[in-house]
Amino acid sequence: MANISTNEFKAGVKIMLDGEPCNILENEYVKPGKGQAFNRVKLKKLISGKSLEKTFKSGESFEGADVMDVELSYLYTDGEFWHFMNNESFEQIAADEKAVGDNVKWLVENDSCTITLWNGTPIVVSPPNFVELEITETDPGLKGDTAGTGGKPATLSTGAVVRVPLFVQTGEVVKVDTRSGEYASRAQK
Amino acid sequence: MKYASKVAWQPTADIQSLRQRAGIIAVIRQFFAQRNVLEVETPSLSNATVSDVHMRVFDTQFSDPMSPEQRTFYLQTSPEYAMKRLLCAGSGAIYQMAKAFRNEEAGKHHNPEFTMLEWYRPGFDHVKLMDEVDALVKQVIGCQPAERMSYQQACLSHLSIDPLSASLGELQKRGCELGYEHICRDEQDKDTILQLLFSHEVEPFIANERPCFIYEFPASQAALAKIKVNDARVAERFELYYKGIELANGFHELSNVAEQRQRFDADNAQRRASGLPHITTDELFLAALDAGLPDCAGVAVGIDRLVMLALNKIEIREVIAFNYHNA
Repeated sequence: MANISTNEFKAGVKIMLDGEPCNILENEYVKPGKGQAFNRVKLKKLISGKSLEKTFKSGESFEGADVMDVELSYLYTDGEFWHFMNNESFEQIAADEKAVGDNVKWLVENDSCTITLWNGTPIVVSPPNFVELEITETDPGLKGDTAGTGGKPATLSTGAVVRVPLFVQTGEVVKVDTRSGEYASRAQK
Repeated sequence: MKYASKVAWQPTADIQSLRQRAGIIAVIRQFFAQRNVLEVETPSLSNATVSDVHMRVFDTQFSDPMSPEQRTFYLQTSPEYAMKRLLCAGSGAIYQMAKAFRNEEAGKHHNPEFTMLEWYRPGFDHVKLMDEVDALVKQVIGCQPAERMSYQQACLSHLSIDPLSASLGELQKRGCELGYEHICRDEQDKDTILQLLFSHEVEPFIANERPCFIYEFPASQAALAKIKVNDARVAERFELYYKGIELANGFHELSNVAEQRQRFDADNAQRRASGLPHITTDELFLAALDAGLPDCAGVAVGIDRLVMLALNKIEIREVIAFNYHNA
């Protein structure tokens, strides 16, 4: 990849830092009237997901990171890898446990996921904002409660546990916001 | 729309801010008129320019109708040399509000073209000039009188390191401890580490309630200030900070022509080492110093930044009519 200088750092630009691909979030120019100019940069490490602030000397340059996002359908897991497919080319790609991480609990067959590839290898798997999953276990709620006064825990088919209103029962399919891990509604039949 | 453009034609500052800005400029002129400081104008285009290693200068070509040769002119980065030539010619106390131009500078507090207030006081040293800067800033912003702290004290308090005695190794180590390993691990220039730590770990923690003068910078960052007579480790230079903004830079002015020439040469040696172009020494400036610069102190204040503070604005674009995006 080409080298990228601090004056090209804009939100969304990907660079290699300490061997890890990073996404630039913000770039601020800092210069004393007499002295060295710096760029104070906010960035996110793409593998660990950690955000950090780092200062560079203005004009310093870094190797660009070959990072791209693709939309792929989730197929299945063999226990070691999670397999995804491009619906147009039918090309398949496998993501390991590290790339899937905690999002494993939101993977629903045939759902379209965003896969971040670094040098062609998946490093992050992001589920859709909303997924629909069946409740495999929850305590029977009190009859007549429709307002949801705090709710109750429910285990979903993937193992995810979310709080649901008391009226929702085992066997029902619910819609969950994967960004907050919160119940959104009962799924449309 | 007939004349659609991605960049807005409208001013980056609102008209109310520009009215207030004009009011501040009027107050400044009155301030100097009352003190019998003469307003002057010096050229924006100059035959020579500064050697400062960290300054990038705009240049342009002059086609002389009386000569077949093109000549390079430089847009001034500050009116310092020209104003000192006036002082050498016997002007007495002078001030100027002028546009200054610095390439490669743009951000929240920087615009490549900005307005500078610069003034010189024969018979003042940097301590006495700080009093006058304080009076002006107080009048314009309506803030409390400024605090004063030496550069050494500020670093001891906020960095737990003595900038005047620390070795390069000690500065590198402290920089790494404070989270700047990326730069400090291999940086060979003490001043770069000090400038990094000062701007990131000192500036944000001083001058939040009231302005703060930092004085007696390390001699290696003297710029055009005199070295202190009884302590050669420091220069008689000060800076003024307020609410995260560097507002002013002042000197008890270096008047020794031999020492001035040495500093220009040292800048050029450093430029050579960094692969930067050589800057031809401004011989007219040195000739003026040789004729004699009266003992004086001088200071440059960023007018746009002063207006930002007076109007509680976050970005320089909010106090100038058009910034570099839509200039």
